[in-house]
Amino acid sequence: MTRWGMVIDLDKCSACQACVVACQSENNVAPPNQEIHEQGRSIHWIRVLPTFEGTFPHFRMRLFPLPCLHCDNPPCTKVCPVSATYKSEEGIVGQIFARCIGCRYCTTACPYTVREFNWRKPVWPEEMKPIRNRDVSVRPKGVVEKCTLCTHRLQKGREKARVERREMIPEDYIPACVEICPSQAMIFGDLDDPESEVSKLVRSRRAFRLMEDLGTEPKVIYLSEGGGD
Amino acid sequence: MKVSEQDRILLKPVEQTTKRFWITAGILFSIWFIGFLAYLKQFYGGLGVTGLSRPTYWGIYITNFVFFIGISHAGTLISAILRISQAEWRRAITRSAEVITVMVLLFGVGNILIDLGRPDRMLNVLKHPHFTSPLLWDVTSITCYLTASTIYLYLPLIPDIARLRDHGTKWKGFYRLLALGWQETPRQKKILERLISIMAIVVIPIAVSVHTVVSYVFSMTIQPMWHSAIFGPYFVVGAIFSGIAALMIAMAIIRKVYHLEEYLKEIHFNYLGILLLVMALLWFYFTFCEYLTVFYGSEPLEMQIFMSKITGPYALYFWTMVACCFVIPFVILANRRTRTVKGTVIASIAVTIGMWLERFTIVVPSLVNPRLPYARGTYYPTLTELAITAGCFAAFILLYMTFTKIFPIVSIWEIEEGRESSLREVHERVKGYLPGMGGKSE
Ligand code: SF4
Ligand code: SF4
Repeated sequence: MTRWGMVIDLDKCSACQACVVACQSENNVAPPNQEIHEQGRSIHWIRVLPTFEGTFPHFRMRLFPLPCLHCDNPPCTKVCPVSATYKSEEGIVGQIFARCIGCRYCTTACPYTVREFNWRKPVWPEEMKPIRNRDVSVRPKGVVEKCTLCTHRLQKGREKARVERREMIPEDYIPACVEICPSQAMIFGDLDDPESEVSKLVRSRRAFRLMEDLGTEPKVIYLSEGGGD
Repeated sequence: MKVSEQDRILLKPVEQTTKRFWITAGILFSIWFIGFLAYLKQFYGGLGVTGLSRPTYWGIYITNFVFFIGISHAGTLISAILRISQAEWRRAITRSAEVITVMVLLFGVGNILIDLGRPDRMLNVLKHPHFTSPLLWDVTSITCYLTASTIYLYLPLIPDIARLRDHGTKWKGFYRLLALGWQETPRQKKILERLISIMAIVVIPIAVSVHTVVSYVFSMTIQPMWHSAIFGPYFVVGAIFSGIAALMIAMAIIRKVYHLEEYLKEIHFNYLGILLLVMALLWFYFTFCEYLTVFYGSEPLEMQIFMSKITGPYALYFWTMVACCFVIPFVILANRRTRTVKGTVIASIAVTIGMWLERFTIVVPSLVNPRLPYARGTYYPTLTELAITAGCFAAFILLYMTFTKIFPIVSIWEIEEGRESSLREVHERVKGYLPGMGGKSE
């Protein structure tokens, strides 16, 4: 069974936020304006999260690109009363926008605060409307949304492989953020395949999961800084 | 069926409506209407009109939901316990308590619907139920509770409806329909009494389950200061606590405006006051357990929320809650001289406010301080949210008032029965308890 996962090498990440922009346009996330941002209502499926450790002068700031971590034991899916959010067989935590009733239980249950809610009808500048991605639905107001690891690309990749009568190869399915990352800090693939790059990296000594002690078992795994490679 | 001259006063609210009633109703209706307009604004504009934002996804609607469901424990539960324990002083108060349950539950459910981002999709809960979600059990247990308590309200109402049918002047057809042909034959009475006692037993576990499940909505997540095993009983105790308080406020108002001093006596307030005192102590015990263990454990994330309640931005709410839920009621109710009608009502008002604040300080601080440090927000309810909340409260009171205009708010037949037979029965019963009195012992 495939188990999709992602590795983010913090040594390589320069916090350029290209992934943020790529995700925004790939997934039809409406651009926030100043007002929405100040209200804390801007939507991002991936953000670069700053964390601060210690106090000056022994102070360190770290930056994590933070998408939904697609937990293997996700607290968010358990609480959804209508299964609008669910874990697929391949481990992707998906979201059925057309079913979500907007109770926001999942957002309160996710310990990583990565789920987003459409407080209002998303506002699109006229000139951006024609360039929206037709593979991804535009969400209405009142539903929860979040990173889906670009599942539409998985479908596309599958179709493509089938049409070409071959097995899927890693290049067939790459999420937008991984594809764009200029320093190649993000690596994507099948965690269950011992030969894949991700599963090799996951076994490295630098690998760690965010708030591992919670038992959520994230499938987005970080490589800590100071690896030197 | 005759209503004796003595009890005519109980039919008076149904038969006559004063100007004062219409004025009050008018004011309440206006408040409800403003709330309704505010809701329309939210329905069309989206939840953006509230003060909520990431990471505070829940605010006063959820607070109201928990609060209203809590209040609902006034009726059915208290009346069931009093019925089962054959507390004779219950007779005048059960009806007013049971009505609270049914009406307030509607607003508890209503607040969940108000809180939904897509209320138009609420039936998805039935179409695509997901059984691991506490919210689904919530829907289930609240529906059960609403059904059971409506039946439990209706059954003891039947003999009184029959009295209205034979006695009243208005809506004869309506009362005839609802009276189900009640003629007060011994057989009918026997069946009714049997049904009432079955329902009284059935509703108790349902009521307990309802608030336990409400607490599970919070404690099944792994959020700091929500993930607590004590939440189930803590919520149930709080619910009964606020329920008794609400009941006493309602009773005091009914007593005053309908001049029912003869029926709702000092002694009722005194007894309920003692019950409220016991609940205040229990509430304090639970709160103490909850906060002390958090404090000693001092997990950093929990401490952050703990401190925000004790000394931080939520300190005002927290300490007002402690004052309202414990200090004020304790001081008033522990003293026989202040446990008067006025005293208990003051204590009840304090408890009601305090319990609302309790719900608020459970819901909001945990959400404002999520585990990851980047999403921080503050939450202040907007005018829209306040208007909707006020509308809910106004509508509840309005519905309650309307009920008193359609049905007697004090159970006439139970009072009659009390006068006729229970004096003798109680006498016998007490004799039976005592050694050497010759009563039959079972
Ligand atoms: S990170 Fe949050 S939203 Fe994503 S799977 Fe885990 S709990 Fe769910
Ligand atoms: S907001 Fe939507 S996805 Fe989240 S728990 Fe409610 S229905 Fe499920």
